[in-house]
Amino acid sequence: MAMQKELRILYYAAFREATGLSEETIRSAARTAADLYREISHMYGIPYELSTLTVALNDQVVPWSSPLGDGDTVVFLAPFAGG
Amino acid sequence: MGIDERFALSSSALDPVQLAESLRSAHAGAFVSFEGRVRDTDGTRTVVALEYDAYNALCLTEGAAVLREALQGIIDARCVHRVGRLEVGDVAVWIGVIAAHRDEAFRACRFIIDEVKRRVPIWKKEHYQDGRSEWVGLGSAEIAES
Repeated sequence: MAMQKELRILYYAAFREATGLSEETIRSAARTAADLYREISHMYGIPYELSTLTVALNDQVVPWSSPLGDGDTVVFLAPFAGG
Repeated sequence: MGIDERFALSSSALDPVQLAESLRSAHAGAFVSFEGRVRDTDGTRTVVALEYDAYNALCLTEGAAVLREALQGIIDARCVHRVGRLEVGDVAVWIGVIAAHRDEAFRACRFIIDEVKRRVPIWKKEHYQDGRSEWVGLGSAEIAES
């Protein structure tokens, strides 16, 4: 069984509304950022396809296949709409 | 101005006159600015207000990187983006560039707005006249406003 790690997730914009949270710390066995998104989107019924999103790990945009480590901070990023 | 002060987020109204005053140089023959303003339509629906949300830490590093890249060939530049709720007509983003000549100033200003839109993690929720609202870029996200 995969090792559980502690992960901090920050929620912005549509994710904050979908979860009702601005952040949370969870214990998860998710191996990659994509695994974590599948877990979280299932938990909260978030409808967005992973392919339409990007992800940041410890304040840097990374590939979805990036492995997660204990204590990491993860942010799911909807398409940017500034300006 | 420190490199990391050139890009900023603001939760209060932007003052273009004051911002322009912060870009002064005796070597500058050109000043170009761009204001992105809240529009009353998304093309089909009537927009009454906007709400911007930003991932602060990444905004500041990515915004600073955009401004650093833009500095090539110009004297100085600034970009401030609003967060929070805005009404129609409000300034959502302000960019100012000073350079020796206009060509570089126009080019840098265009570069900054294009790159900020593409790379800086800011999200926009449109509030419509019919009471609905939607996070832009997530088509299926339409939810009724409570």
